[in-house]
Amino acid sequence: MDKMRPMPFPPIKEEAAPQDALAPIAISVRDLRAGYGAAPVLKGVNLEVREKTVTAIIGPSGCGKSTLIRCLNRMHESLPGATCDGEILLGGRNALDLDPVLLRREVGMVFQRPNPFPTMTIAQNVAAGLVLNGVRDRALIAETVEKSLRRAALWDEVKDKLDAPGVGLSGGQQQRLCIARALAVEPRVLLLDEPCSALDPIATGRIEELLLQIKDQFTVVIVTHNMQQAARVSEYTVFMLMGEMVEYGLTRKMFTQPADKRTEDYITGRFG
Amino acid sequence: MKRQFDADLEDLRGRLLRMGSLCEEMVHYAVKVVVERDDSRLAAVQDWERQVNALHIDIDEVCLRLIALHQPAAGDLRLIAAAIKINSDLERVGDQAVNIAETGVYLLKEPKIKLGDIPRMVEVAAGMLKDSLDAFARGDVELARDVIKRDDEEDRLKSQTFNELVHLMQTDASAIQRGMDIILVARNLERIADHATNIAEDVIFMVLGKDIRHSAEKL
Repeated sequence: MDKMRPMPFPPIKEEAAPQDALAPIAISVRDLRAGYGAAPVLKGVNLEVREKTVTAIIGPSGCGKSTLIRCLNRMHESLPGATCDGEILLGGRNALDLDPVLLRREVGMVFQRPNPFPTMTIAQNVAAGLVLNGVRDRALIAETVEKSLRRAALWDEVKDKLDAPGVGLSGGQQQRLCIARALAVEPRVLLLDEPCSALDPIATGRIEELLLQIKDQFTVVIVTHNMQQAARVSEYTVFMLMGEMVEYGLTRKMFTQPADKRTEDYITGRFG
Repeated sequence: MKRQFDADLEDLRGRLLRMGSLCEEMVHYAVKVVVERDDSRLAAVQDWERQVNALHIDIDEVCLRLIALHQPAAGDLRLIAAAIKINSDLERVGDQAVNIAETGVYLLKEPKIKLGDIPRMVEVAAGMLKDSLDAFARGDVELARDVIKRDDEEDRLKSQTFNELVHLMQTDASAIQRGMDIILVARNLERIADHATNIAEDVIFMVLGKDIRHSAEKL
């Protein structure tokens, strides 16, 4: 019999740090200025959002974080008196030069309050974007509805009532329905503007889980007031203050060792 | 407006410093039993150990409560993480002090023996402990670095004491038991210096967010 040899310890694997292999840039924001009339809200923001990552935008009320993501799919400009200037490069094209309707196929958005179409069933809500784009193939629509509901972690809860009204679901389910609706058109980017602020902790947890599951397929940008949420779901965090980007970097670093005193004050609750 | 959380963190710092000063006193009293052959100090050391043990549990509870209730981040999180680690280092310092005092009481029943570099080791270890706690109280990175540098001196003194005592035991068999006890005391003091080093490393992490443990060019 072979002499017993001591078992060597397996080598400790260094955790692959995201900065070691930077993902390609999905959105490049250059000198973005936006506001309402003469009042500036964004004062020249520069930002590079990495592809297939979750980027969280945090900052106190009025800092411009919602305006920033609303600029990314040109929702901001739809408000009367709104101004927007600079560059938002998406796949080499400036989003500000694109047709907003076409842009929104690539850049989907989910809002604070769930807003399923009130007259539509669950399935119709998810299929709305496809139907609007002229898709008539029923099999394809059914397939996309299922795929999107699965991605939004809602399928198991609604598969037996796809013809029930979307507004009949609970708040958390409605929000996941809205995420499924946004994902159905296969956007490159999913924007979420405080998607959990109207939800209870359990529903919030489900949304966070689903974000972690879809981040390999989509570029996600989330605005949140909940800093622990930012810390849990995102790889990158942007801290904004008074219309300017103060700090942008790896979330895990920002929540343990922020570089800027203002970031430290904000995330430790000392701000203001 | 001062936040309640700030007051809670201040309270945590206060508890740790109270535990630290108890440990410092324990070390001073314990070495007096050995060096001055004064066994009247043992009771105080034992009494303080009970207080240190109670604080050990209490401080961990405070830290866990602060994490659970406030989800601290950045500097606050680093302070609490450092507090948890310093807490267990201080508890171990207390244990070492009790060991020293108990060994000292045993030695009192025996004839005097050479102490080697023990008095100097006491000076270095107690100084390191005091300065590591001062560095924690003030967030003084320079002082913390200085503490870490002094650990080599303590290790050198320990080796010297070992050699001296081993030589003595080789030439005088009747000194073996006492010689072993002095070697244990030297070991206890060296461990106290190690705990002070750990505390100093935690202070640097707490202030700068930089983990310098186990790195060759740490200073």
